[in-house]
Amino acid sequence: MAIWINDDSKILIQGITGRQGTFHGIRMSRYNTNVVGGVTPGKGGQTVDLEGRKVPVFNSMSEAISETSADVSVIYVPARFASGAIVDAAESFQAAGGGLIVCITEGIPTLDMVRAVAIVDSCPDVRLIGPNCPGIISPGEDGGCKVGIMPAFIHEKGRIGIVSKSGTLTYEAVAQTMSVDEGQTTCVGIGGDPVNGTGFIDCLSAFENDPETVAVVMIGEIGGSAEEEAAEWVEANMTKPVVGFVAGSTAPPGKRMGHAGAIISGGKGTAAEKFSAFEAAGIYVARDPSEIGEVLVRALVDAGLRES
Amino acid sequence: MGVTAGWFERFASKLGMGLLRILQRRVASGRDDIMNIHEYQAKAMFRESGIKVQDGVHCTSVDEALSAYDSLGCAVVAVKSQIHAGGRGKGTLFDPTSGEEVMQGGVKIAFSREDVEEYAKNISGNLLVTKQTGPEGKIVSNMYVESGCSIEHEYYLAILVDRDTKSVLFMASTEGGMDIEEVAEKTPDAIHKAWAHPMEGLRNEDAESLAASLGLSGESSDEMVDMLGSLYELFMEKDCSMIEINPLVKTEDGSMVALDAKVSFDDNADFRHPWRDGLRDLSEEEEVEIRAHELGLSYVKLDGNIGCLVNGAGLAMASMDVIKLYGGEPANFLDIGGGATKESITAAFEIILEDSSVEGILVNIFGGIIRCDMVARSVIEASEEIGLDVPLVVRFSGTNHVEGKAVLDGSGMSVHTTSTLSEGARKIVELIGSGN
Repeated sequence: MAIWINDDSKILIQGITGRQGTFHGIRMSRYNTNVVGGVTPGKGGQTVDLEGRKVPVFNSMSEAISETSADVSVIYVPARFASGAIVDAAESFQAAGGGLIVCITEGIPTLDMVRAVAIVDSCPDVRLIGPNCPGIISPGEDGGCKVGIMPAFIHEKGRIGIVSKSGTLTYEAVAQTMSVDEGQTTCVGIGGDPVNGTGFIDCLSAFENDPETVAVVMIGEIGGSAEEEAAEWVEANMTKPVVGFVAGSTAPPGKRMGHAGAIISGGKGTAAEKFSAFEAAGIYVARDPSEIGEVLVRALVDAGLRES
Repeated sequence: MGVTAGWFERFASKLGMGLLRILQRRVASGRDDIMNIHEYQAKAMFRESGIKVQDGVHCTSVDEALSAYDSLGCAVVAVKSQIHAGGRGKGTLFDPTSGEEVMQGGVKIAFSREDVEEYAKNISGNLLVTKQTGPEGKIVSNMYVESGCSIEHEYYLAILVDRDTKSVLFMASTEGGMDIEEVAEKTPDAIHKAWAHPMEGLRNEDAESLAASLGLSGESSDEMVDMLGSLYELFMEKDCSMIEINPLVKTEDGSMVALDAKVSFDDNADFRHPWRDGLRDLSEEEEVEIRAHELGLSYVKLDGNIGCLVNGAGLAMASMDVIKLYGGEPANFLDIGGGATKESITAAFEIILEDSSVEGILVNIFGGIIRCDMVARSVIEASEEIGLDVPLVVRFSGTNHVEGKAVLDGSGMSVHTTSTLSEGARKIVELIGSGN
């Protein structure tokens, strides 16, 4: 098991005929991810060659879903069209029984996301991950299910769940688990935008309920209060150990650190506050991301899941 | 699978959220990457949208201020410094060359032509330091001369995107003209809120109850409801990230007038608002940060001496944190982004080295789409082009990290390569510490 995606997931790529869509489609396919087709309005009927595997292109998500029975969609369309793509996917998945939407696109106008997230929320069987994120991956025995832009080769199937606001820092966390011979069930990048879909708590709750996941690594960053809320949730509900890191201890107040949501303002949203919320909730804290592996081992040993 | 919490449930669950958490977003949306405009520009926009403002004239000199006074034909006017920072009224003006204090207050009420002349002279070209500008202050090159009005009460009103409810939030208070953070801390009950529905907008009954919670009735309430509707339309149509009116006043004849106006826009929506270029005041923005942005780099200057060049925002922050953890001080935040090229990496080195306090550089790359060998070649090229004469530590991991290290090792360049961030940070701190 893994959360939300696995070897049986059937993936559609929205924006498959674009440079990004084709590039990442090929990499997903190389990892043995089951890409069943794509959507580019106006290009229905064409095919896209994913290194020898030709997949069909459709004009709309509803047509693509009914033709392929896909249950996952990944969005690589440019920012100005991305919220429309999310809405198309949400409504089509809801009509077809549900699905997962993963939006990689960065730079989507915030008010577009306000409307798109409201529509996604009105579709009870649809989940949105992102936008502005690396995506989600569940490593399998031979390749796995990769829905996003992460380098697949750094992952291995295992028992650790990872959730993170940042892209490359997620890879860092993956490398850290590998450095102590632990693989991953699923790694989710939720993105650093102020208005997005799935949050920390959704992921933690799914990992808590996933029988294969034994521990979770959570990577937060400055800004907002999602980390504090997640810590409260962990304390109240989580039986599995959680290892946490927060990026931005040295970030100055009032300055945006790359991600639209990463900003300390009015003295709030600092890494210090988030770290202390983690500690108060019994989360194992790594102050240096290069120590996540070590801290994870300590957590696993404490839980009786590892000898040393 | 499913995101089951509907908007209404979420709305209801968030009613109890801390005020300060909302306020921090208000402050957040008024700075940096988000585009700000001047009060006079915001008021022109209000006027177009049917939101009541006083007559006023934008001026850039004392003479213009005087003819503005003559043309307004109002005995009492306000002479207002125009800078992209709050706290103008309580700020202090200094002579930028001598550093001497010129006048208290960047917004003055003038009761005569002589007053206008004096105030405009004291404001124009001088340095205004406010709570929000920091001690370095900002040179005032723009002024706004505005007709006065008889005020019965001052209110506060802000519109912003609320991260928790993922919707547009209206925040109002009867304590206008004051520092809203202070109001939130001391008298949180004085702040009232209403949320717009993401699809339907601000409902009439919600606007009415917000007006009522401010104690408005009759015509003032009707005017307030109209104003809230117009502001919401403006907010959505122009892709704002914040509108703040402090104070919003009720005049003695019961009219609701926006006496101040602070508007900022979401940069991500620039593509559908080409008119924004005409409103941009580049003198208000950090030149190097704009240049970095144009190259697809995200750069923020800090006070330390170790330059950082990293791929990914989270990893860039983490690199700074780890440098600090091992006793160093980061000189900057720099995310080269997923689409970095040889050219943008060379430009990134140039930007880092423009900062004369930089004594060493840590490059931290976790290769994904970006390949470490490409970065290695870019480092060598940058070194040949611009000369990297400070200690350099390069940490490679991920895609083609072995090849990347081989390229650097074979280049004859003086560069230390490491495979973890800890090692890299320790190494650069050590190299600088030893004066190497």
